[in-house]
Amino acid sequence: MRRLAELSGLVAPVLLLALVGLVGSFTSRSVQFQFRFALVMAAIVIALYVFVGNSGVVSFGHVSFVAVGGFAAGLTTVPEALKLSLSPDLFPFIASAEVGNAVSLVLAAGVGGVFALIVGAPLMRLSGLSAGIATFAVLVITNNVLRNWEAIGPGARTLSLVPETSGFLQATVGVIAVAALAFAYQRSRFGRVLRASSDDPAAAQGTGVDIYRQRLLAFTLSGALAGFAGGLLVHLLGSITTQQVYLDLAFLTLAMLVIGGVRSLWGAVVGALLVSGLNSLLLTAERGLSLGVTELTVPTGTRLVTLGVVMALILLFRPRGVTGGRELSLR
Amino acid sequence: MSVLQTLVDAVALGMVYALVALGIGLVFGVMRLVNFAHGELITAGAYALMLTNDLPLAVGLAACFGAVVVLALAMELAYRPLRTTTPTTMLVTTFAVSFLLQAVALLAFGARGKNVGVLPELNRAVSIGDLRVRWVTLVSIAVGAVLLGATALILARTDIGLQMRAAAMDARTAQLLGVRASTVIRFAFLLAALVAASATVLLTVQRPLVTPSYGFQLVIPALVGVVVGGMDRLLSATLGGFAIGFAAAVLGDVLPADGRVFLDSALFLLVILVLLVRPGGLFTRSRAAWERV
Repeated sequence: MRRLAELSGLVAPVLLLALVGLVGSFTSRSVQFQFRFALVMAAIVIALYVFVGNSGVVSFGHVSFVAVGGFAAGLTTVPEALKLSLSPDLFPFIASAEVGNAVSLVLAAGVGGVFALIVGAPLMRLSGLSAGIATFAVLVITNNVLRNWEAIGPGARTLSLVPETSGFLQATVGVIAVAALAFAYQRSRFGRVLRASSDDPAAAQGTGVDIYRQRLLAFTLSGALAGFAGGLLVHLLGSITTQQVYLDLAFLTLAMLVIGGVRSLWGAVVGALLVSGLNSLLLTAERGLSLGVTELTVPTGTRLVTLGVVMALILLFRPRGVTGGRELSLR
Repeated sequence: MSVLQTLVDAVALGMVYALVALGIGLVFGVMRLVNFAHGELITAGAYALMLTNDLPLAVGLAACFGAVVVLALAMELAYRPLRTTTPTTMLVTTFAVSFLLQAVALLAFGARGKNVGVLPELNRAVSIGDLRVRWVTLVSIAVGAVLLGATALILARTDIGLQMRAAAMDARTAQLLGVRASTVIRFAFLLAALVAASATVLLTVQRPLVTPSYGFQLVIPALVGVVVGGMDRLLSATLGGFAIGFAAAVLGDVLPADGRVFLDSALFLLVILVLLVRPGGLFTRSRAAWERV
């Protein structure tokens, strides 16, 4: 019975995500995209949560793993001729690589994880704001290199004609897999140790915890999940540019996590779905939202203002997030 | 281009970032809050100058300083609930406020750049030997030096300055000894606003095209500079801001033409290296391994 109660930490987010997927699949075509987009955003935020939520260290850099994952999955699923027409200088092994949808997602996770491991090896020695700024620097460098080095990608051009395989099945199953891995990690010995060391670094070190190694493990895992989420994203959008996976996305996903509640998986899921949902609602309202008898149309541009007001108000008056950073509990 | 010319240009850019960094550092010192929305103070000042383009200069300057001070005091009010939260929440909240203000600017003024025509005569250059220096560079250096000096004097010689330093060192103990947190924080925001408004005037001379993200684009490098320099002291934070501007300008000249697109990579690689070697800050003596935040 106790094990069952503990599992509720996983069941609640999974049920919510499955529900969103199920409800979304019965809506009209244009609304369907918004639902799938919300699910992919949730995958990115959960990936971010695995590191930030468990270690207590803020990271702006995770979107760089989303970016490399997205480009890896995109570049390996479009035909060679198209790649070379976008970027003739492409390395031959990238130009000739062509794999299926599933393999491209695994590849995205692998690239994200390896990149996070390489970056994390020096950076995880830092903490606090220094760590935040260093991960921010990683984001800037990744974007700068992806945008200008045409041997590894399309550069500043749009990589298009990527197969749009992230339908409801793939988006829902993908995000649930990410949530399950995040839950498994946080229940594991490693997850608990890292949480303890973020609550009290001195005490954790005193009992023989190597904080650096624990952080690096979390960073690598969350990098792999972020890369995988990037793969889901590119297969959802069908195209990708370097600017789509840069500052805006980095801050938006971080805001979603904090709004939901940094310290819990439930918070990550709720924050991502809440902000995405609000954004979609406002987007529809700008185009004209029919509320039964009356039609509500708000002027263009109010979406961003409203989103900003709501985010700022939640953060100011519920600083621990709407879930308070707790898992949803049956007890 | 001569080495001297490069250095003069680098000092000019460094001075701009130093002023932005000074504003961020003032608030961080007393409140432990990294204010992303500091850039929107500059944006607000720039739009105020734009709206008063056709009016006399004095009116424009008054509007600019007025808008920046009012917005800064409003921010101080809004940030009050944050005083007891975690650094991550603080960071993300000020970012959300910055996002909100940019959205408001977008709604009010549109995405297209608006021209500010303040003090155009400062863009004329003087020649000193082979060196060509724009007046605004010289004025920036002078104003920057004066503002830094004035801030240092206020902190060192006045009552409120002493209280600010006490609050920066240990907020709790300072409160126990009768320092009013609200007064100190409000004064820090006021000083930051005055510095930001002065920086705005200098900036709009050099970059007259104002967009909703005008200030935000400055805050990011300045903030990186602040952390690289060392957040815990105002001097090191300001020097850090100066250093990032200086390094960006020098790198821009040193890099070969076809490598110039990778300027950001080179700069931020340098940032990572400095952080790894001196996590507590480039211009500080301490090497805090595990910080508060």
